[in-house]
Amino acid sequence: MTRYFKATVLENTALNKHFRLLTIDAGRSTLNAQCIPAPGQFYMLHSNSTYDPLLKRPFSIFKHEDNSLKFLYRIRGKGTICLSNLRDGDIIEVIGPLGNSYPEPEGDFIAIAGGVGIASLLPLLDICKNTGYLFYGARSKDELVMLSEAGALSKEVFVATDDGSEGRKGVITELLKSFLNNLKSEISNFKLPIYACGPKPMLKELSEIAHASGMKCYVSLEEHMACGVGACLGCVVKTVSGYRRVCKEGPVFDIKDIVWE
Amino acid sequence: MGITPNSELQTPNLSVDIAGLRLKNPVMTASGTFGYGEEYSEFMDLNRLGAIIAKGLSATPRQGNPTPRIVETPAGMLNAIGLQNIGVKVFIKEKLPFLRKFDIPVIANFFGDSIDEYVQAAVELSGADGVHALEMNISCPNKHAGWIVFGTDPKIMEQVVTAVRKETKLPLIVKLSPNVTDIGIMARVAENCGADAVSLINTITGMVVDVKRRRPVLANNTGGLSGPAVRPIAVRMVWEVFKAVKIPIIGMGGITTAGDALEFLIAGARAVAVGTANFINPTATIDIIDGIERFLADEGILDINEIIGSLRT
Ligand SMILES: Cc1cc2nc3c(=O)[nH]c(=O)nc-3n(C[C@H](O)[C@H](O)[C@H](O)COP(=O)(O)OP(=O)(O)OC[C@H]3O[C@@H](n4cnc5c(N)ncnc54)[C@H](O)[C@@H]3O)c2cc1C
Ligand SMILES: Cc1cc2nc3c(=O)[nH]c(=O)nc-3n(C[C@H](O)[C@H](O)[C@H](O)COP(=O)(O)O)c2cc1C
Ligand code: FES
Repeated sequence: MTRYFKATVLENTALNKHFRLLTIDAGRSTLNAQCIPAPGQFYMLHSNSTYDPLLKRPFSIFKHEDNSLKFLYRIRGKGTICLSNLRDGDIIEVIGPLGNSYPEPEGDFIAIAGGVGIASLLPLLDICKNTGYLFYGARSKDELVMLSEAGALSKEVFVATDDGSEGRKGVITELLKSFLNNLKSEISNFKLPIYACGPKPMLKELSEIAHASGMKCYVSLEEHMACGVGACLGCVVKTVSGYRRVCKEGPVFDIKDIVWE
Repeated sequence: MGITPNSELQTPNLSVDIAGLRLKNPVMTASGTFGYGEEYSEFMDLNRLGAIIAKGLSATPRQGNPTPRIVETPAGMLNAIGLQNIGVKVFIKEKLPFLRKFDIPVIANFFGDSIDEYVQAAVELSGADGVHALEMNISCPNKHAGWIVFGTDPKIMEQVVTAVRKETKLPLIVKLSPNVTDIGIMARVAENCGADAVSLINTITGMVVDVKRRRPVLANNTGGLSGPAVRPIAVRMVWEVFKAVKIPIIGMGGITTAGDALEFLIAGARAVAVGTANFINPTATIDIIDGIERFLADEGILDINEIIGSLRT
């Protein structure tokens, strides 16, 4: 019964107007061997005990140390507003860790994060210190949360913002394309696995890049979820072999299996 | 005070008989909210449940609707899963062996888009070792009758229930749609066609609009409302059906706590099913069973059957 537990809020820090970092104490008993989260896995968090919002919300594991779990989240609607109101000492209901994880890269790799997608990729950069080329895009400079933390774990960092307030102006996939073109002209048959988490348009673009370059690409997908454990079939994504559950067979998929709609 | 020493010592009887099944307690899982039992088995001992009602099955697999399939609403949710399922054959081969390991009745929920498909699914399920009863979901459109939902037209409903009844000896539970004017009439149709029990309610059709895009949020446009928001409607419908038929009722719709379950039992349900609440609390069913037992003990009631249909009006 260890994957469903109550945790105590240790900290719920505002990073800026939109982003917060939540730290919870899961207790010793719940973080036994089977319940150590792997990069890419997620938790369902319930932030209040009323019926509105009713459902738990999915959040990627951002960091874990001893008994504590950290989540980086963007305030969006009802559920994340409730989450942002949690105070130290509050009790929160949790299910997790859930879903699959990023297959561990064998050598250098590319991580591409759009916005809060960095939350899912940071633990990967952390366990593979200084072997990842990080491509990080966001709307503007103040939305590039955890840039210095992620940068410190990466081999090299490339940044793009929609408004040009930091890094290259434009979308992050353009930076990735020019990086790949440069490398290709230097090293023939150049291939690195790509790990991605971000908004759908970015992932769609990426599927073309991966296809054209023949590079392996793993994407973490988001879908509306009710149960998080594979029971409701609410969170499916279309793949070449039919609908698959993002919460169970995912959230990490091989990009070539995804049918974009 | 009024409590006799006897009632404090004895644990109350929770077992109920329904459609020829003896349940150790009246709490089941609602179809489509509990998969085929596997997903939730790590959170609880499935043997504690009154019964499992499995995810709806059709004779052949269904891929279901595009996404988004679910959207939250105040104290509820809409779903338009589109009855995605692995089909009866794969269920029997791959999912039943797991369910057979438990000492509780397994109720297979099934549906079709034609009478033939209903009959085919019912026949195949009836021959399977480990299926103890059938629950027939009639909230599906009939492809041979202008896609009218079977369970919203008494005549079409009569045809399909009669056809299935002829082909199975297993206890047959007909799951009623709430999207009708008079649910008592529909319950009577089920009873007259030989159903052993009725279950209600299925989800209530609803819609949520994304105002910026001026589009329905669900890819299917509409979906079925479930969760605490529907509970008062469900309790009222159980009460109406209780007055209309003699066969037992399985009540559901928004049950989240033991108190909710007791409302249904008092209104006339002999058993209850827990759906959406499983998503919020994976051990909801167990908490509800424990809560019902505590309530009976506190009230000095020795047998749950004493409160079933005990509503005072
Ligand atoms: C596997 C996974 C991991 C995630 N990890 C993170 C993370 O680490 N940090 C973070 O900030 N966000 C993450 N998200 C997105 C996060 O779950 C949504 O932002 C959140 O559910 C929004 O809830 P809300 O009530 O504030 O917003 P609303 O827009 O009010 O939500 C309404 C409904 O839509 C659903 N919903 C809305 N947006 C999303 C979305 N993008 N993905 C899934 N469901 C959504 C909600 O769960 C809710 O049911 C993740 C999503 C998934 C599927
Ligand atoms: C995600 C989801 C899937 C469902 N699938 C089925 C199904 O396959 N067959 C069926 O008869 N009812 C199905 N239902 C209806 C439930 O069994 C139940 O009747 C309804 O949700 C009301 O109960 P609740 O409010 O406790 O969820 C489904 C409900 C939900 C939320
Ligand atoms: S959220 Fe229920 S199956 Fe994935």
